[in-house]
Amino acid sequence: MRLKRSGASALLLECRDGDEVEAWRREVVRRREAGELRVIDIVPGARTLLLDGVEPGTDALLSSWRAHDFVGVEHREGSLVKIATVFDGEDLDDVAARWSMPRERVIARLTETNFTVAFCGFAPGFAYLRGLGPEYAVPRLDTPRQRVPAGAVGLAGDYCGIYPTASPGGWRLVGRTSETLFDVRREPPARLTPGTRVQLVAT
Amino acid sequence: MITVVRAGPLTTIQDQGRSGYAHLGVPRSGALDQWALRRANALVGNPPHAAGLETTLLGCALRFERAAVVAVTGATAVLKLDKLPVTPRDGVIEVPAGSVLDIGRAARGVRSYVAVAGGLDVELVLGSRSTDTLSGLGPPKLTDGTSLPIGDESGQFGPEVEFGARDEGRRDAAVRAASRAVDNSAGGAAAGARAVDDGAPLGGSAGSVSPDVPGWAGEAAAAPEDQEATAAGGDHIELGVWLGPRDDWFDANELFSSEYQVSPMSNRVGCRLSGAALPRIKTGELPSEGVVLGAIQVPADGQPLIFLADHPTTGGYPVIGVVDDVNGLAQARPGSTVRFRALD
Repeated sequence: MRLKRSGASALLLECRDGDEVEAWRREVVRRREAGELRVIDIVPGARTLLLDGVEPGTDALLSSWRAHDFVGVEHREGSLVKIATVFDGEDLDDVAARWSMPRERVIARLTETNFTVAFCGFAPGFAYLRGLGPEYAVPRLDTPRQRVPAGAVGLAGDYCGIYPTASPGGWRLVGRTSETLFDVRREPPARLTPGTRVQLVAT
Repeated sequence: MITVVRAGPLTTIQDQGRSGYAHLGVPRSGALDQWALRRANALVGNPPHAAGLETTLLGCALRFERAAVVAVTGATAVLKLDKLPVTPRDGVIEVPAGSVLDIGRAARGVRSYVAVAGGLDVELVLGSRSTDTLSGLGPPKLTDGTSLPIGDESGQFGPEVEFGARDEGRRDAAVRAASRAVDNSAGGAAAGARAVDDGAPLGGSAGSVSPDVPGWAGEAAAAPEDQEATAAGGDHIELGVWLGPRDDWFDANELFSSEYQVSPMSNRVGCRLSGAALPRIKTGELPSEGVVLGAIQVPADGQPLIFLADHPTTGGYPVIGVVDDVNGLAQARPGSTVRFRALD
C-alpha cells in the first residue's frame, strides 16, 4: 500500500488489487469504531481507498499499522445478499457472443459467481460488483442508452452492477431485479455496501 | 410559510450538506459558499446547520405569509421589499406578514444566500435538507408557487452564533456535471447530456450572448443594470492548490504558469475552466477512485474541472491537485480569471 495526499485533509491509499483495498477498508472501519482514528468518509475505489476528513498525523498512524496482520488474511465472511434476477437483458445475446458460450452458460456463470461490492459510485447505491475475473471483461456500449430502468443488471469491464434508479447508462444489460437497492428511509440507505457479498439468483 | 413568487433559474434549499455517505455514492451537496450561508444564519440567530436558500444569478422573490427576520448574504444584489429598495439593519430585514422580498440579479458574485430565523423546515434526507443537483436527493429546485415551511426553533440556539475562522467552513464547504469530466462510468455520454440539462449551467440555455461575458445567457442581460453586472464578470481569483494525488500524470508546472477562465458551463457539480490544455505525460486509464471537494479533475481534453459540492463521489479521470478553499468559486462569474498557487 502506498499513501498519497488528496488535499489538506484526505489521504489516498493505493493498493495492488481489490482484495487489498477491501482489507484496508475493513481495518480502517474497525479501528474507527474502536476510536483509534477519526475519519469522516471511507471511500473505496477500484484500486484505492480514500480517507476523507482525517486529522494531521493520520499518515504516520496508518504507516505504523502492521499490514500483514490484516492484508491477505482470511476473514470471517460478511453478510450475503441474494438478488433475485430475471435474466432477459437486451444485451444477453451480445454478452454470450463475447464470452463464446450459450445464454444458459452465461446465466450459470453469473449465478455461480461469488460477487463482492468493491465500491459504490455513479449514483447513490450503485455498487460495482467484482468477482467475474478479467477474462469476462466486456466493453461499455459505444452509445449509452438514454434510459436504463431501475433494477437493470449490467456488465462493464469485469464488474457487474445494478442500476438503483432509472438513469442513462452504458452498461451491457443481462437482466433485471425488482429489489429496492437504495432507500433514504433505511439505514444504511444502500442495500449493497462496500464489502457485502452478493449472489445473483435466477428467477 | 413562504410562497415562492419568482423562483429564478436555479434556487435551491441548502445547508451544510450530507457527509458520511460518500462510500455509498451519495454526494456531499450543501451550500457552495458555506461561509455566506453561515453568516446569514448567524445574522438571524440560526445555528450553522440551519437550511437556507441558495439563489443563482437572477435571484428570486419570496412572499412571507407571516412576519419573519431574514438575512441575505453572498452575491451583491439589490433587495426590494414590496417593490421598494430596502437596506438591511444590522444585517437583517424584518419582513412584515404578507410582504414580498425580492432578491435581484447578482451585480457581483453569483449566489446569494437567504436565511430566515427558524430555518427552512423541509424534510431531512440522510441528515441534510440540501438539494443535490447531481443525484436528485433532497427537495426539488424551487418553482414558482412552491411553499416553504419555516422552522420554529431559532430561539433555542441562542442569539449570535460565532462566525468562526474562515478555515472552519473549508471542510464543510461545499453545479450537475458538465459531461465529459465527470466519472460517467456507468452512464457514459448520455449521463453527461442529462447533467447539462438539469444542472442550470451558469451560461443559461438559450438566447443571445452578451458581448462582455462569454456565453452569458441572453435572458440574463436585458435590464439596464445588467451592464454593471456584466462588467463585474472579470474578477481575478487565486486558488491555493495541494498537488496530488495524480500530479505525476502531468507536468504540474503547466498548472501554475497558466491562466484559466471560468466557463459558463460551470454549475453546482464543478467549476469548469478553459485555457491552455494540461498535457498528460502518462497515458492509460485510471481505475475509478474516490475524489474530494476541490479536486481538480483533468479529463481527456486537458481542460480542468474543479469539483464543487454536488461532485460525484468517485471519478475516472486523474486529479492533478486539490483546491484548498472552494467557497470563493461559488461567486466566480463566467469569464473570471483563475490562477493556481502551490501549497505545501
